[in-house]
Amino acid sequence: MSIAPDDVRHIAALARLALDEGRLPSLVEELNVILAHMKVLQGVDTEGVIGAAGVGASGTPLRADVGAPIQLSMPLDQIAPRMRDGFFLVPRLDTHGELGASVAGEP
Amino acid sequence: MSPRPLADYAAAEVRDAIVAGALAPSDAVDASLRRADETGAGKDGLNLVLWSDPAASRQDARAAGAALERADGAGRLFGVPVMVKDNIATDRLPTTCASRILAGYVSPFEATAVRRLREAGAVVVGKTNCDEFAMGSSTEYGAWGPARNPLDPTRVTGGSSGGSAGAVAAGLVRIALGSETGGSVRQPASFCGVVGIKPTYGRVSRWGLVAFASSLDQIGVFGRTVDDAALGLEIIAGRDPLDSTSAERPVPSYREATYDSLDGLVIGRPREYFPTTLDPRIRALCDRAADALEKLGAKVKEVSLPHTGLAIPVYYIIAPAEASSNLARFDGARYGLRIEGDALRAMYDATRSGGFGPEVTRRILLGTYVLSAGYYDAYYRKAQEVRSLIAEDFRTVFEDGVDLLLTPTTPSAAFELGSVSVPYEMYLSDIFTATANLAGVPAMSLPVGRVAGLPVGAQLIAPYFEESRMLGAAYALERTLGDEAHR
Amino acid sequence: MSGDRYEMVVGLEVHVQLLTRTKAFCNCSTGFGAPPNLHTCPVCLGLPGALPVLNATAVRLAARAAIALECVVEEVSAFARKNYFYPDLPKGYQITQYDRPLAKGGHLSIGRNKDGTPVRIGITRVHIEEDAGKSLHDRYPGATAIDLNRAGVPLIEIVSEPDIRSSLEAGAYLGTLKQILEYVRVSDVSMEEGSLRVDANISTRLRGDVELGTKTEIKNLNSFSAVERALDAEFARQCAILERGEKVTQQTMLWDASRLEVRPSRVKEGSHDYRYFPDPDLLPLVLDKTWIGEVKQEMPELPAARQERLAATYGLAEAQIADLAANPDRSDYFEAVARAHGEPRTAANWVLGEVLAVLNETKQRIEHFPVRPADLARLLDMIRDGLVSHSAAKRIFVRMVDTGDRPEQIAEREGLLQVGDDAALLAWIDAVLAEHPEESQRFAAGERKLQGVLVGLVMKRSGGRADPRRVNQLLASRAGAGT
Repeated sequence: MSIAPDDVRHIAALARLALDEGRLPSLVEELNVILAHMKVLQGVDTEGVIGAAGVGASGTPLRADVGAPIQLSMPLDQIAPRMRDGFFLVPRLDTHGELGASVAGEP
Repeated sequence: MSPRPLADYAAAEVRDAIVAGALAPSDAVDASLRRADETGAGKDGLNLVLWSDPAASRQDARAAGAALERADGAGRLFGVPVMVKDNIATDRLPTTCASRILAGYVSPFEATAVRRLREAGAVVVGKTNCDEFAMGSSTEYGAWGPARNPLDPTRVTGGSSGGSAGAVAAGLVRIALGSETGGSVRQPASFCGVVGIKPTYGRVSRWGLVAFASSLDQIGVFGRTVDDAALGLEIIAGRDPLDSTSAERPVPSYREATYDSLDGLVIGRPREYFPTTLDPRIRALCDRAADALEKLGAKVKEVSLPHTGLAIPVYYIIAPAEASSNLARFDGARYGLRIEGDALRAMYDATRSGGFGPEVTRRILLGTYVLSAGYYDAYYRKAQEVRSLIAEDFRTVFEDGVDLLLTPTTPSAAFELGSVSVPYEMYLSDIFTATANLAGVPAMSLPVGRVAGLPVGAQLIAPYFEESRMLGAAYALERTLGDEAHR
Repeated sequence: MSGDRYEMVVGLEVHVQLLTRTKAFCNCSTGFGAPPNLHTCPVCLGLPGALPVLNATAVRLAARAAIALECVVEEVSAFARKNYFYPDLPKGYQITQYDRPLAKGGHLSIGRNKDGTPVRIGITRVHIEEDAGKSLHDRYPGATAIDLNRAGVPLIEIVSEPDIRSSLEAGAYLGTLKQILEYVRVSDVSMEEGSLRVDANISTRLRGDVELGTKTEIKNLNSFSAVERALDAEFARQCAILERGEKVTQQTMLWDASRLEVRPSRVKEGSHDYRYFPDPDLLPLVLDKTWIGEVKQEMPELPAARQERLAATYGLAEAQIADLAANPDRSDYFEAVARAHGEPRTAANWVLGEVLAVLNETKQRIEHFPVRPADLARLLDMIRDGLVSHSAAKRIFVRMVDTGDRPEQIAEREGLLQVGDDAALLAWIDAVLAEHPEESQRFAAGERKLQGVLVGLVMKRSGGRADPRRVNQLLASRAGAGT
């Protein structure tokens, strides 16, 4: 399995990274070198082995449905690039409007 | 009689001297700040410390002094200056993970480990340099420039927690926090000639540690001596309800873990960590350490951890995979850097491409790739399975009566700045350390000698939550080697 | 019509907000209607260094819902990250359950076929996940406004098997599901506040075919009627495509409620790859058998059992029972009234009549209704005991709704207590007979049918306070005395 320039373009898009086309060939090369070292794993017999899942075997701890929220030591507008009327503002979604005025959604 | 320089006071001694009235509460903090100036620890010099606020630190020390007068009691780190890696949240000082994407970001909440240090009376005097988002093994790849090794400024400190290791080595502080994902405390500890502990996964809360690879990340401690590091660990360890992966286990007093004799202790010397290609000088220093342990009564025997050689490939699948997800939150929407664009997608792309450096970009791409449709099973799932085999290696050897493992920490001493430029070559710096992160077991590095004037560490690895056993042997080894450890 | 030759095959994914005080992974409030971003903290803002800790009540409620849907609750399930970028998804991933859901393999009965066999819709799985925040696209020009109050609110997703064959069945499925979730107190299932959302997968095939057609997914369905209408519209679209001999394209469709139509989403198909992997911040969710047994033990009565019990206990008509049991609070209310008053039929008539009328008019929920069951029962007692007339009782009830006062207080204050004292009644009767000599004479002469008219006149004269039963008796004895 080696990685092609188009694969890198695709994963860069998934990761929301704009890649400089000039940088692409060397990046493809570097990733392929790294991935080549991973090939050794394909030869390891892991029949019946269960993937690792942390140190604790007793399961994730649960918290009671009460208690004070964690307070911030400064107001949000001191860390946010852009806020208005208490909302975070971001540039409009390219496909905005197709779902109507307000939707909890995904791409 | 000339007074001892303050840098020679162990952390515990500083505290006791303040409580006894021999030192003023702000003396050690003042001395640390002076020392930072003298050694050029800042950006124009060794570049170990990225952010500090001397006035605020002095104020903290004075406030602590006032509290002492009010008889509020003196914590175990009362008046002791400490430094914290820049990927651990502190309030007031910035937390940038040495990344442009968090330039100027001050966390509105504090890491549990930092809070525990402060509650014990410590004063945070600086945030230390690291590789961007802790991704690196040299502290050359942060956004704010490379750190330099105080023992030889042409060489790296190691990484990613190089600033903290260097700060301890340069005598700025006796205790500093770092973080580990694949060796980022132990490897720079080895390069800088200090003690570095990676606790058992779950021993120290990750709340406030900016995640790189959550299943591997663990806050670690640097100390000038074993005792400094043990004291730091004993304060920050313990269950935290804010971290689901933190363990519900009592914290023993690690400082009491001293052995006068190591009678009956079985120390394994895993052959995979001593390949024929290992630098013979490093092998010799490890042998000397093994001999010292044997003289104290320990039995040293050769053992095997057969899957060791797979650690780096496994690590460089799992860590980037988790990182690609953990770093998705840096999108310019709510905090940190934003590079505006005319639409949302343009803003995302510009912010993330402009904010992350080349190594972080490379790892996000790699991680995205190994998780993507069609590749998950071949890479991520397979890596998790092999990871289980690596953990099984440790379990088996410890169940077979071995109490501790002794290995070299690193395959080399500190290399020259800029000398390792191929990513995979750099990744091999973690070859002896990444296994403990993958398995979750505790491990530490302590100085055992020098190679061409440069420090080299040996690594002790213990079973889960057996930090006391590991520290007991480390105390004994440190005492026995004495000054030899730094020659 | 082509619809007769084809049938739709539908599976529904229903997202329901769990009734917890705090969010799924942090202590922030789940309260609705707060100023933007008020209910946020490092965890639900996705700040660097923040970590999730799972809410025990969310797990308990999710398990309860799963058990009510006859699912098997897994002793070990796990959380995964679903990775995608969207501004109201603060961490860049949603914590959800993927290959190891909380519960699997249940079903829901939604009525009966013509032949009497129950219509059962399979439940593939029930899993826990966190909600995203809200994006407002039209509030500020050129910008999207983000409110993260909802981000991290606990949801369950209930995925059905593709067992639904008509929009009517889809409606029945959703109605029954809503009823059950209300009964087990898992959610308040309010679509207005976004606590229930539906995505539908629909494909079309020739009747009798076994193989499934290509499916499309309809998103943005925010009411039951939207689900039914969207399914009909999409079915018609798919039928038309098949009729033309073309193939349905797998894609995501959006329901436009204002134009009553479905249209393809502009988001490129296949452009998302969610890169699910186990969330390393959370260990697997381990529920031991004892705990699962406890949750089963504490299960409230389900709608079917409630209906059976109401029928057995109170002997009411089937239609009335169905109406009373439509929601648990309503039937609880009824039962409280019936128990206190003792005559279930009267209690049922009043609850389904007067009480529902007021609730519908004021859009109130019965658990917040100002007339408490004990007071309504008391009012019904007063009617039975002849203390107030039926018409006076209705006036008293209106006052009770307005004031929340007890019926005796109101009756007394407003002089609506019935008069049963013979002397007073006879005085009114005599006065009425004197005012109407002709009728009086005909009545005395044995024209019994006039009795009703005369009772009415007496009631009127008494201002509604006369006890009509006693007036009847007294009048009858007058008539008897006259012959």
